[in-house]
Amino acid sequence: MMKAIMKFIYQFASPKHFYRLSGKIIPWFAWLAAILLIAGSIDGLFIAPVDYQQGDSYRIIFIHVPAAWMSMFIYMVMAISGAIALIWKIKLADVIASSSAPIGAAFTFLALVTGSIWGKPMWGAWWVWDARLTSELILLFLYLGYMALESAIEDPRAAARACAILAIVGVINIPIIHYSVEWWNTLHQGATVTKLDKPSIHISMLIPLLLMALGFKLYYGAVVLMRARNKVLVTEQNNRWVKEIIG
Amino acid sequence: MYNAFFNLLKRDLRLAFRHKSEILNPLFFFVIVVTLFPLGISPEKQVLAEIGPGIIWVAALLASMLSLDSLFRSDFEDGTLELMLLSEYPLPILILAKIVAHWLITGFPIIIFSPLLGTVMFLSNEAIETLMITLLLGTPILSLIGAIGMALVVALKRGGMLLSLLVLPLYIPVLIFSSNAVGSSMAGLSISGQLYFLAAFLIFCLTLAPIATSAALRVSLE
Repeated sequence: MMKAIMKFIYQFASPKHFYRLSGKIIPWFAWLAAILLIAGSIDGLFIAPVDYQQGDSYRIIFIHVPAAWMSMFIYMVMAISGAIALIWKIKLADVIASSSAPIGAAFTFLALVTGSIWGKPMWGAWWVWDARLTSELILLFLYLGYMALESAIEDPRAAARACAILAIVGVINIPIIHYSVEWWNTLHQGATVTKLDKPSIHISMLIPLLLMALGFKLYYGAVVLMRARNKVLVTEQNNRWVKEIIG
Repeated sequence: MYNAFFNLLKRDLRLAFRHKSEILNPLFFFVIVVTLFPLGISPEKQVLAEIGPGIIWVAALLASMLSLDSLFRSDFEDGTLELMLLSEYPLPILILAKIVAHWLITGFPIIIFSPLLGTVMFLSNEAIETLMITLLLGTPILSLIGAIGMALVVALKRGGMLLSLLVLPLYIPVLIFSSNAVGSSMAGLSISGQLYFLAAFLIFCLTLAPIATSAALRVSLE
Protein backbone atom coordinates (compact mmCIF):
# COMPACT_ATOMS: atom_id res chain seq x y z
CA MET A 1 0.00 0.00 0.00
CA MET A 2 2.68 2.43 1.15
CA LYS A 3 4.73 1.46 -1.87
CA ALA A 4 1.82 2.17 -4.20
CA ILE A 5 1.27 5.57 -2.62
CA MET A 6 4.95 6.50 -2.90
CA LYS A 7 4.98 5.32 -6.49
CA PHE A 8 1.98 7.48 -7.25
CA ILE A 9 3.61 10.49 -5.58
CA TYR A 10 6.88 10.07 -7.42
CA GLN A 11 5.00 9.67 -10.66
CA PHE A 12 2.96 12.76 -10.02
CA ALA A 13 6.07 14.65 -8.98
CA SER A 14 7.91 13.86 -12.17
CA PRO A 15 8.33 17.16 -13.99
CA LYS A 16 6.68 16.00 -17.18
CA HIS A 17 3.59 14.67 -15.45
CA PHE A 18 3.36 17.71 -13.24
CA TYR A 19 3.56 20.02 -16.22
CA ARG A 20 0.71 18.24 -17.98
CA LEU A 21 -1.54 17.91 -14.94
CA SER A 22 -1.00 21.44 -13.64
CA GLY A 23 -1.86 22.78 -17.08
CA LYS A 24 -5.26 21.17 -16.68
CA ILE A 25 -5.76 22.33 -13.09
CA ILE A 26 -4.76 25.99 -13.49
CA PRO A 27 -7.82 27.15 -15.49
CA TRP A 28 -10.15 25.59 -12.92
CA PHE A 29 -8.36 27.29 -10.04
CA ALA A 30 -8.13 30.60 -11.83
CA TRP A 31 -11.77 30.74 -12.93
CA LEU A 32 -13.09 29.58 -9.57
CA ALA A 33 -10.88 32.15 -7.86
CA ALA A 34 -12.18 34.89 -10.15
CA ILE A 35 -15.80 33.95 -9.52
CA LEU A 36 -15.32 33.70 -5.76
CA LEU A 37 -13.37 36.96 -5.53
CA ILE A 38 -15.97 38.87 -7.57
CA ALA A 39 -18.85 37.38 -5.58
CA GLY A 40 -17.06 37.97 -2.28
CA SER A 41 -16.19 41.57 -3.18
CA ILE A 42 -19.75 42.42 -4.23
CA ASP A 43 -21.16 40.74 -1.15
CA GLY A 44 -18.56 42.30 1.14
CA LEU A 45 -18.59 45.81 -0.30
CA PHE A 46 -22.29 46.30 -1.08
CA ILE A 47 -24.52 43.66 0.50
CA ALA A 48 -23.01 43.00 3.94
CA PRO A 49 -24.50 45.30 6.60
CA VAL A 50 -22.68 48.36 7.93
CA ASP A 51 -20.84 47.74 11.18
CA TYR A 52 -22.49 49.60 14.06
CA GLN A 53 -19.15 50.67 15.52
CA GLN A 54 -16.80 51.09 12.59
CA GLY A 55 -19.18 52.13 9.81
CA ASP A 56 -18.12 51.25 6.30
CA SER A 57 -14.41 51.28 6.96
CA TYR A 58 -14.54 47.79 8.44
CA ARG A 59 -15.09 46.44 4.92
CA ILE A 60 -11.34 46.34 4.35
CA ILE A 61 -11.24 43.19 6.49
CA PHE A 62 -12.57 41.27 3.50
CA ILE A 63 -9.13 41.80 1.97
CA HIS A 64 -7.08 42.16 5.12
CA VAL A 65 -8.07 39.01 7.00
CA PRO A 66 -7.77 36.59 4.06
CA ALA A 67 -4.41 38.14 3.15
CA ALA A 68 -3.16 37.66 6.71
CA TRP A 69 -4.39 34.05 6.70
CA MET A 70 -2.63 33.45 3.40
CA SER A 71 0.61 34.95 4.67
CA MET A 72 0.81 32.32 7.40
CA PHE A 73 -0.59 29.51 5.28
CA ILE A 74 1.99 30.03 2.54
CA TYR A 75 4.90 30.02 5.00
CA MET A 76 3.59 26.69 6.30
CA VAL A 77 3.40 25.40 2.72
CA MET A 78 7.00 26.47 2.18
CA ALA A 79 8.24 24.76 5.33
CA ILE A 80 6.30 21.56 4.68
CA SER A 81 7.40 21.31 1.06
CA GLY A 82 10.94 22.13 2.18
CA ALA A 83 10.79 19.21 4.61
CA ILE A 84 9.36 16.94 1.90
CA ALA A 85 12.16 17.96 -0.44
CA LEU A 86 14.84 17.31 2.19
CA ILE A 87 13.45 13.96 3.32
CA TRP A 88 12.21 12.33 0.10
CA LYS A 89 14.33 14.30 -2.34
CA ILE A 90 11.32 15.30 -4.41
CA LYS A 91 12.51 18.13 -6.59
CA LEU A 92 9.00 19.36 -7.28
CA ALA A 93 8.58 20.25 -3.60
CA ASP A 94 11.55 22.61 -3.87
CA VAL A 95 9.97 24.22 -6.90
CA ILE A 96 6.68 24.72 -5.03
CA ALA A 97 8.48 26.21 -2.02
CA SER A 98 10.52 28.70 -3.99
CA SER A 99 7.56 29.62 -6.21
CA SER A 100 5.50 30.31 -3.10
CA ALA A 101 7.91 32.74 -1.42
CA PRO A 102 7.21 35.93 -3.44
CA ILE A 103 3.47 35.27 -3.35
CA GLY A 104 3.58 34.84 0.41
CA ALA A 105 5.63 37.99 0.82
CA ALA A 106 3.12 39.86 -1.36
CA PHE A 107 0.21 38.67 0.79
CA THR A 108 2.09 39.63 3.96
CA PHE A 109 2.72 43.07 2.52
CA LEU A 110 -0.93 43.37 1.51
CA ALA A 111 -2.02 42.41 5.02
CA LEU A 112 0.28 45.05 6.50
CA VAL A 113 -0.83 47.78 4.12
CA THR A 114 -4.54 47.09 4.52
CA GLY A 115 -4.08 46.84 8.28
CA SER A 116 -2.39 50.20 8.29
CA ILE A 117 -5.11 51.79 6.10
CA TRP A 118 -7.72 50.37 8.45
CA GLY A 119 -5.76 51.51 11.48
CA LYS A 120 -5.68 55.16 10.44
CA PRO A 121 -9.41 55.88 11.03
CA MET A 122 -9.73 53.30 13.84
CA TRP A 123 -6.66 54.03 15.93
CA GLY A 124 -5.83 57.46 14.51
CA ALA A 125 -2.37 56.31 13.45
CA TRP A 126 -0.94 54.54 10.43
CA TRP A 127 1.03 52.23 12.60
CA VAL A 128 0.71 50.99 16.15
CA TRP A 129 3.01 48.48 17.78
CA ASP A 130 0.19 46.04 18.13
CA ALA A 131 1.11 42.39 18.64
CA ARG A 132 -0.48 41.13 15.44
CA LEU A 133 0.91 43.91 13.29
CA THR A 134 4.37 43.40 14.74
CA SER A 135 4.28 39.62 14.23
CA GLU A 136 3.13 40.17 10.67
CA LEU A 137 6.02 42.56 10.09
CA ILE A 138 8.47 39.98 11.42
CA LEU A 139 6.89 37.40 9.13
CA LEU A 140 7.61 39.75 6.22
CA PHE A 141 11.25 39.89 7.35
CA LEU A 142 11.35 36.08 7.37
CA TYR A 143 10.03 36.01 3.80
CA LEU A 144 12.56 38.62 2.71
CA GLY A 145 15.39 36.65 4.34
CA TYR A 146 14.23 33.52 2.56
CA MET A 147 14.19 35.23 -0.82
CA ALA A 148 17.53 36.95 -0.18
CA LEU A 149 19.15 33.61 0.68
CA GLU A 150 17.66 32.01 -2.40
CA SER A 151 18.99 34.68 -4.72
CA ALA A 152 22.41 34.74 -3.03
CA ILE A 153 23.24 31.07 -3.68
CA GLU A 154 24.04 30.46 -7.31
CA ASP A 155 23.55 26.73 -7.59
CA PRO A 156 19.75 26.33 -7.62
CA ARG A 157 19.77 22.92 -5.91
CA ALA A 158 21.97 24.10 -3.04
CA ALA A 159 19.81 27.23 -2.78
CA ALA A 160 16.68 25.11 -2.53
CA ARG A 161 18.12 22.94 0.24
CA ALA A 162 19.47 25.89 2.21
CA CYS A 163 16.11 27.63 1.90
CA ALA A 164 14.30 24.49 3.04
CA ILE A 165 16.39 24.44 6.23
CA LEU A 166 15.75 28.14 6.77
CA ALA A 167 12.00 27.71 6.27
CA ILE A 168 11.89 24.85 8.78
CA VAL A 169 13.88 26.82 11.36
CA GLY A 170 11.59 29.78 10.71
CA VAL A 171 8.40 27.81 11.09
CA ILE A 172 9.55 26.42 14.44
CA ASN A 173 10.32 29.95 15.55
CA ILE A 174 7.13 31.63 14.31
CA PRO A 175 4.97 30.56 17.28
CA ILE A 176 7.75 31.49 19.71
CA ILE A 177 8.13 34.91 18.11
CA HIS A 178 4.38 35.40 17.92
CA TYR A 179 3.73 34.60 21.56
CA SER A 180 6.68 36.60 22.81
CA VAL A 181 5.49 39.61 20.82
CA GLU A 182 2.00 39.12 22.18
CA TRP A 183 3.30 38.87 25.73
CA TRP A 184 5.50 41.95 25.21
CA ASN A 185 2.55 43.86 23.85
CA THR A 186 0.13 43.05 26.66
CA LEU A 187 2.73 44.27 29.11
CA HIS A 188 3.35 47.52 27.31
CA GLN A 189 0.03 48.65 25.95
CA GLY A 190 -3.04 46.73 26.86
CA ALA A 191 -5.54 49.05 25.22
CA THR A 192 -4.91 48.21 21.60
CA VAL A 193 -5.21 44.52 22.26
CA THR A 194 -8.71 44.81 23.61
CA LYS A 195 -9.54 47.08 20.68
CA LEU A 196 -8.52 44.31 18.36
CA ASP A 197 -10.71 41.72 20.05
CA LYS A 198 -13.55 41.57 17.62
CA PRO A 199 -17.07 40.83 18.71
CA SER A 200 -18.04 37.48 17.22
CA ILE A 201 -18.75 38.08 13.58
CA HIS A 202 -22.28 38.04 12.16
CA ILE A 203 -23.17 35.47 9.53
CA SER A 204 -23.88 38.15 6.92
CA MET A 205 -20.28 39.33 7.25
CA LEU A 206 -18.84 35.84 7.65
CA ILE A 207 -20.08 34.63 4.25
CA PRO A 208 -18.25 37.23 2.15
CA LEU A 209 -15.18 36.74 4.34
CA LEU A 210 -15.13 33.01 3.68
CA LEU A 211 -15.80 33.56 -0.03
CA MET A 212 -12.82 35.89 -0.19
CA ALA A 213 -10.62 33.53 1.84
CA LEU A 214 -11.41 30.62 -0.47
CA GLY A 215 -10.92 32.85 -3.50
CA PHE A 216 -7.49 33.91 -2.20
CA LYS A 217 -6.52 30.25 -1.66
CA LEU A 218 -7.50 29.27 -5.17
CA TYR A 219 -5.77 32.32 -6.59
CA TYR A 220 -2.62 31.27 -4.78
CA GLY A 221 -3.03 27.74 -6.11
CA ALA A 222 -3.31 28.99 -9.67
CA VAL A 223 -0.41 31.42 -9.42
CA VAL A 224 1.93 29.04 -7.63
CA LEU A 225 1.28 26.36 -10.24
CA MET A 226 1.98 28.84 -13.04
CA ARG A 227 5.25 29.89 -11.44
CA ALA A 228 6.18 26.26 -10.77
CA ARG A 229 5.47 25.34 -14.40
CA ASN A 230 7.81 28.05 -15.57
CA LYS A 231 10.54 26.87 -13.22
CA VAL A 232 10.09 23.28 -14.31
CA LEU A 233 10.47 24.33 -17.95
CA VAL A 234 13.67 26.20 -17.16
CA THR A 235 15.27 23.42 -15.11
CA GLU A 236 14.23 20.70 -17.57
CA GLN A 237 15.01 22.70 -20.69
CA ASN A 238 17.40 20.08 -22.02
CA ASN A 239 14.90 17.22 -21.86
CA ARG A 240 13.10 16.05 -24.95
CA TRP A 241 9.56 16.60 -23.72
CA VAL A 242 10.29 20.26 -23.04
CA LYS A 243 11.76 20.69 -26.50
CA GLU A 244 8.64 19.14 -27.96
CA ILE A 245 6.42 21.61 -26.12
CA ILE A 246 8.48 24.62 -27.00
CA GLY A 247 8.77 23.37 -30.55
CA MET B 1 33.44 11.67 21.64
CA TYR B 2 34.04 13.75 24.74
CA ASN B 3 37.66 13.95 23.72
CA ALA B 4 36.73 15.23 20.30
CA PHE B 5 34.46 17.81 21.87
CA PHE B 6 37.05 19.10 24.33
CA ASN B 7 39.95 19.00 21.90
CA LEU B 8 38.03 21.05 19.39
CA LEU B 9 36.95 23.46 22.10
CA LYS B 10 40.57 23.87 23.27
CA ARG B 11 41.79 24.33 19.71
CA ASP B 12 39.26 27.08 18.99
CA LEU B 13 40.04 28.86 22.23
CA ARG B 14 43.76 28.66 21.58
CA LEU B 15 43.32 30.05 18.09
CA ALA B 16 41.23 32.90 19.48
CA PHE B 17 43.82 33.76 22.11
CA ARG B 18 46.47 33.97 19.41
CA HIS B 19 44.33 36.50 17.52
CA LYS B 20 43.39 38.69 20.43
CA SER B 21 41.39 41.05 18.24
CA GLU B 22 38.84 38.29 17.79
CA ILE B 23 38.05 38.56 21.49
CA LEU B 24 38.49 42.28 21.87
CA ASN B 25 36.74 43.64 18.78
CA PRO B 26 33.22 42.46 19.62
CA LEU B 27 33.73 43.81 23.12
CA PHE B 28 34.86 47.23 21.90
CA PHE B 29 32.00 47.29 19.46
CA PHE B 30 29.56 46.54 22.28
CA VAL B 31 30.94 49.35 24.44
CA ILE B 32 31.03 51.87 21.60
CA VAL B 33 27.49 51.19 20.44
CA VAL B 34 26.16 51.69 23.96
CA THR B 35 28.15 54.91 24.27
CA LEU B 36 26.54 56.31 21.13
CA PHE B 37 23.06 56.37 22.64
CA PRO B 38 23.56 58.91 25.42
CA LEU B 39 25.27 61.10 22.82
CA GLY B 40 22.48 60.64 20.32
CA ILE B 41 19.48 60.83 22.64
CA SER B 42 20.14 62.50 25.95
CA PRO B 43 22.47 62.18 28.91
CA GLU B 44 19.55 62.57 31.37
CA LYS B 45 19.42 59.96 34.06
CA GLN B 46 15.71 59.13 33.74
CA VAL B 47 15.86 58.76 29.98
CA LEU B 48 18.91 56.51 30.06
CA ALA B 49 17.58 54.35 32.88
CA GLU B 50 14.39 53.90 30.85
CA ILE B 51 16.02 52.90 27.56
CA GLY B 52 19.24 51.42 29.01
CA PRO B 53 18.18 47.76 29.25
CA GLY B 54 17.00 47.71 25.66
CA ILE B 55 20.08 49.48 24.36
CA ILE B 56 22.53 47.24 26.17
CA TRP B 57 20.70 44.22 24.88
CA VAL B 58 20.51 45.46 21.31
CA ALA B 59 24.22 46.21 21.42
CA ALA B 60 25.00 42.74 22.79
CA LEU B 61 22.84 41.23 20.07
CA LEU B 62 24.63 43.12 17.30
CA ALA B 63 28.06 42.37 18.74
CA SER B 64 27.23 38.68 18.88
CA MET B 65 25.87 38.70 15.35
CA LEU B 66 28.81 40.56 13.84
CA SER B 67 31.27 38.17 15.45
CA LEU B 68 29.56 35.12 13.93
CA ASP B 69 31.87 35.33 10.96
CA SER B 70 34.72 33.99 13.07
CA LEU B 71 32.67 30.90 13.89
CA PHE B 72 33.08 29.08 10.57
CA ARG B 73 34.78 31.43 8.11
CA SER B 74 38.47 30.64 8.65
CA ASP B 75 37.80 26.93 9.06
CA PHE B 76 35.82 27.02 5.84
CA GLU B 77 38.59 28.77 3.96
CA ASP B 78 41.42 26.44 5.00
CA GLY B 79 39.34 23.28 4.61
CA THR B 80 39.15 22.30 8.28
CA LEU B 81 35.39 22.38 8.11
CA GLU B 82 35.36 19.86 5.30
CA LEU B 83 37.50 17.48 7.35
CA MET B 84 35.13 17.90 10.24
CA LEU B 85 32.24 16.87 8.03
CA LEU B 86 34.17 13.77 7.00
CA SER B 87 35.28 12.80 10.51
CA GLU B 88 33.89 9.79 12.32
CA TYR B 89 32.44 11.87 15.15
CA PRO B 90 28.84 13.09 15.01
CA LEU B 91 28.87 16.51 13.41
CA PRO B 92 26.41 18.17 15.84
CA ILE B 93 28.81 17.44 18.73
CA LEU B 94 31.71 19.09 16.90
CA ILE B 95 29.50 22.02 15.96
CA LEU B 96 28.43 22.39 19.57
CA ALA B 97 32.09 22.57 20.62
CA LYS B 98 32.65 25.37 18.13
CA ILE B 99 29.56 27.22 19.30
CA VAL B 100 30.61 26.92 22.94
CA ALA B 101 34.04 28.25 22.04
CA HIS B 102 32.45 31.12 20.13
CA TRP B 103 30.28 31.96 23.11
CA LEU B 104 33.27 31.88 25.48
CA ILE B 105 35.18 34.19 23.15
CA THR B 106 32.46 36.72 22.35
CA GLY B 107 29.55 36.29 24.76
CA PHE B 108 31.42 35.84 27.99
CA PRO B 109 33.51 39.05 27.85
CA ILE B 110 30.29 40.98 27.21
CA ILE B 111 28.81 39.55 30.39
CA ILE B 112 31.91 40.56 32.35
CA PHE B 113 31.74 44.10 31.03
CA SER B 114 27.99 44.54 31.31
CA PRO B 115 27.94 45.83 34.94
CA LEU B 116 30.14 48.71 33.85
CA LEU B 117 27.74 49.67 31.08
CA GLY B 118 24.77 49.15 33.37
CA THR B 119 26.26 51.65 35.79
CA VAL B 120 26.91 54.12 32.99
CA MET B 121 23.27 53.83 31.95
CA PHE B 122 22.13 54.44 35.57
CA LEU B 123 20.61 51.00 36.10
CA SER B 124 19.94 50.01 39.69
CA ASN B 125 22.02 47.31 41.34
CA GLU B 126 19.23 44.76 41.10
CA ALA B 127 18.78 45.60 37.44
CA ILE B 128 22.49 45.09 36.78
CA GLU B 129 22.31 41.73 38.49
CA THR B 130 19.35 40.80 36.28
CA LEU B 131 21.18 42.11 33.24
CA MET B 132 24.05 39.72 33.94
CA ILE B 133 21.71 36.78 34.44
CA THR B 134 19.80 37.52 31.23
CA LEU B 135 23.07 37.87 29.33
CA LEU B 136 24.26 34.59 30.79
CA LEU B 137 21.09 32.85 29.59
CA GLY B 138 20.60 34.87 26.42
CA THR B 139 23.99 35.20 24.72
CA PRO B 140 24.40 31.42 24.28
CA ILE B 141 21.04 31.45 22.47
CA LEU B 142 22.37 34.15 20.17
CA SER B 143 25.44 32.04 19.36
CA LEU B 144 23.32 28.92 18.80
CA ILE B 145 20.77 30.56 16.48
CA GLY B 146 23.47 32.58 14.79
CA ALA B 147 25.38 29.38 13.99
CA ILE B 148 22.47 28.17 11.85
CA GLY B 149 22.46 31.41 9.87
CA MET B 150 26.25 31.45 9.55
CA ALA B 151 26.27 27.86 8.32
CA LEU B 152 23.82 28.82 5.58
CA VAL B 153 25.88 31.76 4.31
CA VAL B 154 29.43 30.54 4.98
CA ALA B 155 30.10 29.61 1.37
CA LEU B 156 28.91 32.98 0.05
CA LYS B 157 31.34 35.78 -0.63
CA ARG B 158 29.22 38.59 0.74
CA GLY B 159 27.23 36.93 3.46
CA GLY B 160 27.35 39.62 6.12
CA MET B 161 24.28 41.62 5.20
CA LEU B 162 22.35 38.50 4.37
CA LEU B 163 23.27 36.94 7.70
CA SER B 164 21.67 39.80 9.60
CA LEU B 165 18.51 39.47 7.52
CA LEU B 166 18.31 35.76 8.36
CA VAL B 167 19.26 35.88 12.00
CA LEU B 168 17.88 39.08 13.49
CA PRO B 169 14.17 38.15 13.23
CA LEU B 170 14.95 34.95 15.12
CA TYR B 171 16.69 36.93 17.88
CA ILE B 172 13.53 38.88 18.71
CA PRO B 173 12.16 36.63 21.50
CA VAL B 174 15.49 36.82 23.35
CA LEU B 175 15.53 40.60 23.08
CA ILE B 176 11.94 40.96 24.27
CA PHE B 177 12.25 38.77 27.33
CA SER B 178 15.74 39.88 28.38
CA SER B 179 15.30 43.62 28.16
CA ASN B 180 11.88 43.30 29.74
CA ALA B 181 13.34 41.34 32.64
CA VAL B 182 15.92 44.05 33.27
CA GLY B 183 13.29 46.77 33.04
CA SER B 184 10.97 44.90 35.39
CA SER B 185 13.65 44.42 37.99
CA MET B 186 14.29 48.18 37.83
CA ALA B 187 10.64 48.62 38.70
CA GLY B 188 10.94 46.05 41.50
CA LEU B 189 8.70 43.49 39.78
CA SER B 190 9.14 39.75 39.72
CA ILE B 191 11.22 38.49 36.81
CA SER B 192 11.04 34.72 37.28
CA GLY B 193 8.71 34.32 34.29
CA GLN B 194 11.11 35.96 31.88
CA LEU B 195 14.08 34.01 33.23
CA TYR B 196 12.20 30.71 32.97
CA PHE B 197 11.33 31.53 29.36
CA LEU B 198 14.96 32.33 28.56
CA ALA B 199 16.16 29.14 30.22
CA ALA B 200 13.60 27.06 28.35
CA PHE B 201 14.50 28.71 25.06
CA LEU B 202 18.19 28.12 25.76
CA ILE B 203 17.64 24.40 26.32
CA PHE B 204 15.45 24.24 23.24
CA CYS B 205 18.13 25.85 21.08
CA LEU B 206 20.89 23.81 22.70
CA THR B 207 19.12 20.62 21.63
CA LEU B 208 18.08 21.53 18.12
CA ALA B 209 20.37 24.26 16.82
CA PRO B 210 23.51 22.06 16.43
CA ILE B 211 21.47 19.61 14.34
CA ALA B 212 20.08 22.35 12.11
CA THR B 213 23.56 23.85 11.84
CA SER B 214 25.10 20.58 10.70
CA ALA B 215 22.36 20.12 8.11
CA ALA B 216 23.02 23.65 6.85
CA LEU B 217 26.79 23.09 6.76
CA ARG B 218 26.34 19.93 4.71
CA VAL B 219 24.37 21.96 2.17
CA SER B 220 26.88 24.79 2.11
CA LEU B 221 29.91 22.54 1.65
CA GLU B 222 28.43 20.31 -0.99
